[in-house]
Amino acid sequence: MADKTLTFKPSAARPAPSTQIKALAWLRSNLFGSWFDTLITLLISAILISFVPDLLKWLFIDATYSGDDAICRINGGACWPFIGDKFQVLMIGVYPQDLAWRPAVSAIALILLAYLTYSNRLRGAVLIAAWFILPIIALFLIRGSFGMQSVDQSSWGGLMLSIMLALVGVIVSIPCGVMLALGRHYGSPVTKVLCVTFIELLRGVPLITILFMASVMMPLFLPAELVINNLLRIQIGMILFSSAYMAEVVRGGLQAILKGQAEASLSLGVSPAKTVAMIIVPQALRHVLPPLVGRCIALFKDTSLVIIVGLLDFLGMIKGAALDTAWLGFQAEAYVFAAFVYWAVCYSLSLYGRKLEQRGPQSNR
Amino acid sequence: MSVKLQSSIAADETVIEMTNVNKWYGDFHVLKDINLTVAKGERIVICGPSGSGKSTLIRCINHLEEHQEGKIVVNDAHLDKNLKNITSIRRDVGMVFQQFNLFPHMTILENLCFAPVWARNLPRGEAEATALKYLDRVGIGAQKDKYPGQLSGGQQQRVAIARSLCMNPSIMLFDEPTSALDPEMIKEVLDVMIELADTGMTMLCVTHEMSFARSVADRVIFMDEGEIVEENEPHAFFDSPKVDRTQKFLSQILSH
Repeated sequence: MADKTLTFKPSAARPAPSTQIKALAWLRSNLFGSWFDTLITLLISAILISFVPDLLKWLFIDATYSGDDAICRINGGACWPFIGDKFQVLMIGVYPQDLAWRPAVSAIALILLAYLTYSNRLRGAVLIAAWFILPIIALFLIRGSFGMQSVDQSSWGGLMLSIMLALVGVIVSIPCGVMLALGRHYGSPVTKVLCVTFIELLRGVPLITILFMASVMMPLFLPAELVINNLLRIQIGMILFSSAYMAEVVRGGLQAILKGQAEASLSLGVSPAKTVAMIIVPQALRHVLPPLVGRCIALFKDTSLVIIVGLLDFLGMIKGAALDTAWLGFQAEAYVFAAFVYWAVCYSLSLYGRKLEQRGPQSNR
Repeated sequence: MSVKLQSSIAADETVIEMTNVNKWYGDFHVLKDINLTVAKGERIVICGPSGSGKSTLIRCINHLEEHQEGKIVVNDAHLDKNLKNITSIRRDVGMVFQQFNLFPHMTILENLCFAPVWARNLPRGEAEATALKYLDRVGIGAQKDKYPGQLSGGQQQRVAIARSLCMNPSIMLFDEPTSALDPEMIKEVLDVMIELADTGMTMLCVTHEMSFARSVADRVIFMDEGEIVEENEPHAFFDSPKVDRTQKFLSQILSH
């Protein structure tokens, strides 16, 4: 016992080795690492050089930014005044010009709610309620209820119509999908068979077919006194289609929840229904946020199919604008613009989804 | 020894009564004619090899597992298929799990307030006051706004105990509460359980912590193959087990 007790002193932490790489070294390791890498790099460079300068020249350098079709034809580049001239039609269709503030207000409300959701100002039941109430208010506003000048649904169109179809589709089909997934996962054998049948039936049919059935066949089977307009029928068709896919996405999330979660909640005396609603479903949805956002993006792009059943959505208006005799020969600009708008909306959704994922307890793990 | 005396005074009031309880998983007979009576304030430790049915036994008491034959009475209420009955028994019987089972999408405080608000309809302010009281008692008051994933295993298990206590239960069930913990965290959880035992709580605890059984339990039950093989007060149980199966188990578990 004469020995002195040794005192443990942790050795000083050293900084991690530097990972900074010089530009030349980066090039060598990433682009010219082997003869195969070099070949690929050169090939892709050649392809890019062959068309990117011409594309940029057409898009920006030779392009016309103001003027009319005559100037466009002289300049030879892209004709952007054409898009400017058609802009309102592309956004809201033949909706009356003096009432254009209504869709504008609705769009601002949508962006505001998306911001409030992201910034976590609204939570829980209030948040969910807000997302259900927003499209209802927007619909009343755009249709013109409560003594306002009403606007017939046949004059709704453009990007406004695309976004409305997608937004209502997503907002209604997520709860429907959750119900279907719960039915398939927890339901009695009969419920299970019903849910599986619905899901597999809807998933096994192309969306186009469902839109045709909604537009053409549904009126034949409904009683004569029950008249549902074409837009609503198509919206219902899209919701049914989307619900089936959402159900499968949510089911994946339900399978990832450990049994102990439900047991903990039940053992505290919480009813099975509340356990599912407040413990199981929120966690399942959080698990499947990435594929859920993917379904939202897909549904937005799918709205472009409604042109086939006579609705003039954004793509429909693009097509119409391209055929305008005053601006004949500028289809390319119209479709480039369409591609840009679809990409901008979908990419924003994708970024928004990624931001939502990063928030909350999962990121702490 | 004064502790032992207290429990024998309260022994006249029965809070759990299991009579000829049988349960099967498919063809596998997990519980065979279980008869068990628990008095108010009694602290029971259940031990036995894995697969002996000890977890199943205590999970039958709050109906996380359904028994097929026999009778279970908890606080004078029959445990049958009646969901209302089951839910009201569960509100009065707390349970702590091996894997903690905290709700990862809620903060610690939200975990504790969840059941009082949604199962007892307490106002949120009142639920939070109770929650903070219990969090301080288990020594985690400062972590109330963190998420479960940010706490250590021992802290999570203490939160889980506090979460059960927020429902103000009269009986607590522990299903191997320290088996998933690192050795250095077992003590902090056992300390909370010992403190709880000192308040006179009725406790049923499945555990392999024999020192805990020796110092806290009024009765130790040994199970094997779905049967209660032996039960006795801890000194007699550890020092002079009567059945050879018990002797073998104790020699295995205490030898290292």
